[in-house]
Amino acid sequence: MQLLANIAIDGLAYGMVLFIISVGLSVTLGLMRFINLAHGAFAMLGGYVCAWLVRLNDWPFVWGLIAAVLVTGVVGALLEVLVLRRLYRSGELQQVLFTIGLTFLMIATVNLLWGPEVQLIPLPVWLSAPVDLGFRTLPAQRLLVLGVGVLVVMLSAWVMHFTRFGIWLRAAVDNTSTASTLGIAVERVQVLAFAVGAGLAGLGGILGAELMPLEPYYPIKYLVLVLVVVSVGGMGQITGSLAAALALGIIETASKYLASDWGSMFFFVAMALLLAWRPEGLLVRRA
Amino acid sequence: MNPSPVLDIRGLCKSFGGLHVTRNVSMQLNAGERVGLIGPNGAGKTTLINLITGVLAPNTGSVWMLGQDISHLPQDQRVRLGLARTFQITQLAPRLPIGLQVELAIHQRLGSVHHMWAAVSSFTPVREEALHILHTLGLADLAQQAPVSLAYGQQRLVEMAIAMALQPQVLLLDEPMAGVPTAERQVVLQALDTLPKDLAILMIEHDMDLVFSFAHRMVVLAEGEVLAQGAPAFIRQHAAVRTAYLGEVG
Amino acid sequence: MQLIHHSHQPWRQAIPYVLWVALAVVVYVFFPDQLPLGARIACMAIFVMSLDLVVGYAGLATLGHCAMYGAGAYAAGLWATHVSGDPLVGLLVGAVAGALVAALSGLFLLRFQGLTFLMLTIAVSQILENLASKMRHWTGGDDGLSGFSMGKVLGLASFDLSGRVAFVYAVVVMLLSLWLMRRIMGSPFGLACVGIHENRLRMAALGSSVTAHLQRIYIVAGFFAGVAGALSAQINQIVGLDTLGFDLSAEALVMLVLGGAGHLHGAIAGTLVFMGIHHVASAINPYHWLFIIGALLVAVVLLPRERWSLAWRARLASLGAARVHPSRGVP
Repeated sequence: MQLLANIAIDGLAYGMVLFIISVGLSVTLGLMRFINLAHGAFAMLGGYVCAWLVRLNDWPFVWGLIAAVLVTGVVGALLEVLVLRRLYRSGELQQVLFTIGLTFLMIATVNLLWGPEVQLIPLPVWLSAPVDLGFRTLPAQRLLVLGVGVLVVMLSAWVMHFTRFGIWLRAAVDNTSTASTLGIAVERVQVLAFAVGAGLAGLGGILGAELMPLEPYYPIKYLVLVLVVVSVGGMGQITGSLAAALALGIIETASKYLASDWGSMFFFVAMALLLAWRPEGLLVRRA
Repeated sequence: MNPSPVLDIRGLCKSFGGLHVTRNVSMQLNAGERVGLIGPNGAGKTTLINLITGVLAPNTGSVWMLGQDISHLPQDQRVRLGLARTFQITQLAPRLPIGLQVELAIHQRLGSVHHMWAAVSSFTPVREEALHILHTLGLADLAQQAPVSLAYGQQRLVEMAIAMALQPQVLLLDEPMAGVPTAERQVVLQALDTLPKDLAILMIEHDMDLVFSFAHRMVVLAEGEVLAQGAPAFIRQHAAVRTAYLGEVG
Repeated sequence: MQLIHHSHQPWRQAIPYVLWVALAVVVYVFFPDQLPLGARIACMAIFVMSLDLVVGYAGLATLGHCAMYGAGAYAAGLWATHVSGDPLVGLLVGAVAGALVAALSGLFLLRFQGLTFLMLTIAVSQILENLASKMRHWTGGDDGLSGFSMGKVLGLASFDLSGRVAFVYAVVVMLLSLWLMRRIMGSPFGLACVGIHENRLRMAALGSSVTAHLQRIYIVAGFFAGVAGALSAQINQIVGLDTLGFDLSAEALVMLVLGGAGHLHGAIAGTLVFMGIHHVASAINPYHWLFIIGALLVAVVLLPRERWSLAWRARLASLGAARVHPSRGVP
């Protein structure tokens, strides 16, 4: 029983981290039809900046987190405007290769600046202590991850359905050319969506630093995971990404606990089955 | 009426959700017959073509060709039985020389696309046949060129060349004149003249001059169902047809 | 995408082969301590060429090609361990293993297209990698499969420590594979593959059963990927889990694109460039090669070479490449 509870908590936390990192990629894939394989680098960037501020410059954790997320968002915005925008009309393979090249450059740069060692983010006391919920005690960090995840979901639902930006975003995802003829500033929506996605990835990188250690090869190591969540969840589908991330997070954690010598096989079998069953996305019915 | 039509469409119905695109369409095509299919935009003409070729599956009804029920056959098998089509928007391999594209169609017809060893250039009869077809359409000198460097009217001709290379019994022409600049119209008209006389042809067109001079018989489709059928002269003065087209740019 | 090689005269087609042989001879004579690297490059080149069949010719973007490579490697390793150390038979065993994996996975994979197909290829190769890790008893797991020794090649020469035999062996297999693959893609079968890449709708309208055709080319590619894997097992005398890893599939794709997809010679060139840079730069710092390759990739995408290659081909075509003249008045 205890084991099941552990699997559930750890699985949900892992899934939440995956979701927070991946949701930005899902939106940009749905919005710009742009395959950004460098997305994992944003997660890495957020983690590294936070680690640098908190561990090497003695910033308080919360400020470090906020600053790192903002920096990542700004970098994302700059990248989109200056570079990536030119590739929206290019073929899939072009986008894949360009962003892989970009990823390589970022990995090499990170190694140049900070070396190849794993970057640890020391958590403040109030986060590393266990929290007694009555029926269970949980590490506070897990609670934070779950809490932030739920917050992200609620915020994005609110933005998508109750703000003008959200309506513009959904319109632009559905049909970019029509949206622009309707006077929606599509380019501004794209930059903002990209920046938010990048910032969220950074947030996920920070929160997930325990499960997914920060080191130069991070973007490539976890690229497959992010792509899996996005493709199973469906491009541009936020709730789909959440469902996919949580399901896959739990499956992966369960197999780590129960059948560790099978490695990640069940994860990929589940992924293949889910994708074959619903190629457009977990919660999207095929026309 | 010829007792065994080459193409026999019986009661085809197709709907997408609540939208009935094809309602109980029946028609027949005989060898050597040229039928013009006309109708206002949205009448369901291209959907009908897609139902006949097997791109779409009907909800009810059947398609028979040469006395055989092909309603459940996949697209490629229908082609092999003798059904060819051209596309409203030119569908060619953009960078493959047109000579090779016609050769490919011939290889497909002969079943030699499974040959993995002999070089394409060693199939001399295929090459000669391809060049002959292109010559008939006046394209022989362009055999080495790819569609991206050809005029649009010439590309439409290549579509026809490829369809001819399949040696079909039934040919479905989906708006052959669509998008062709006036200067190149004559070229396409001449190409249509070269089509074999024993071929059964169903032509969709908006170009009324073309259809009325080309077709032996006309079928008018409106809102998914057959509004009228008959000789061009009969259709021309048919009251309901005129009403359906009121406001349409012919 | 460069187009296939139909309209060039035979002697012109032989030029690249001569260049590769010349290069191999130069390496053999002047760089004798680089022969092991050279053998590994030749082996990887076969793998990248097999990837070219799927990506460059048939137009299917895949990141799971390693499944066939690893299958070939493990099959050859296991064959050498348990049955016989004859290298040529081992190559065949690896080739069949690769083809088999391609046949079975292709039945499932080729029902899908685009991003879904891409992700599923990753899934298949990852499943195989995890399976290989689990079957520690057979594959050696993380430690890899080793301890098998190879017999004499054609009963003549055995693999020596200096790597001379391995080098010649690998280069010969590479050239043979190159020739075979170009022959296959120069056939009507290959033409149809390119047709599918350029316009699937058109091919279906020609009566092609597109999925069946793609399955066939996938199996051919799997065959050669298996050869590459088997070769790697034989010249390195060890097979590791990395032969099934995502990293290798991604690197192969990068090599292919650096050299140019769609005509096989580019696959070899790209492999040379990538592995050469990797080798030289890694000696300085294990991460520096990423700078160079990353910059190259960015450059390759931003500077469209298609324009250059189109102009080049137009020039060749105008040099009278056609052999059959239009026949006038043929009935």
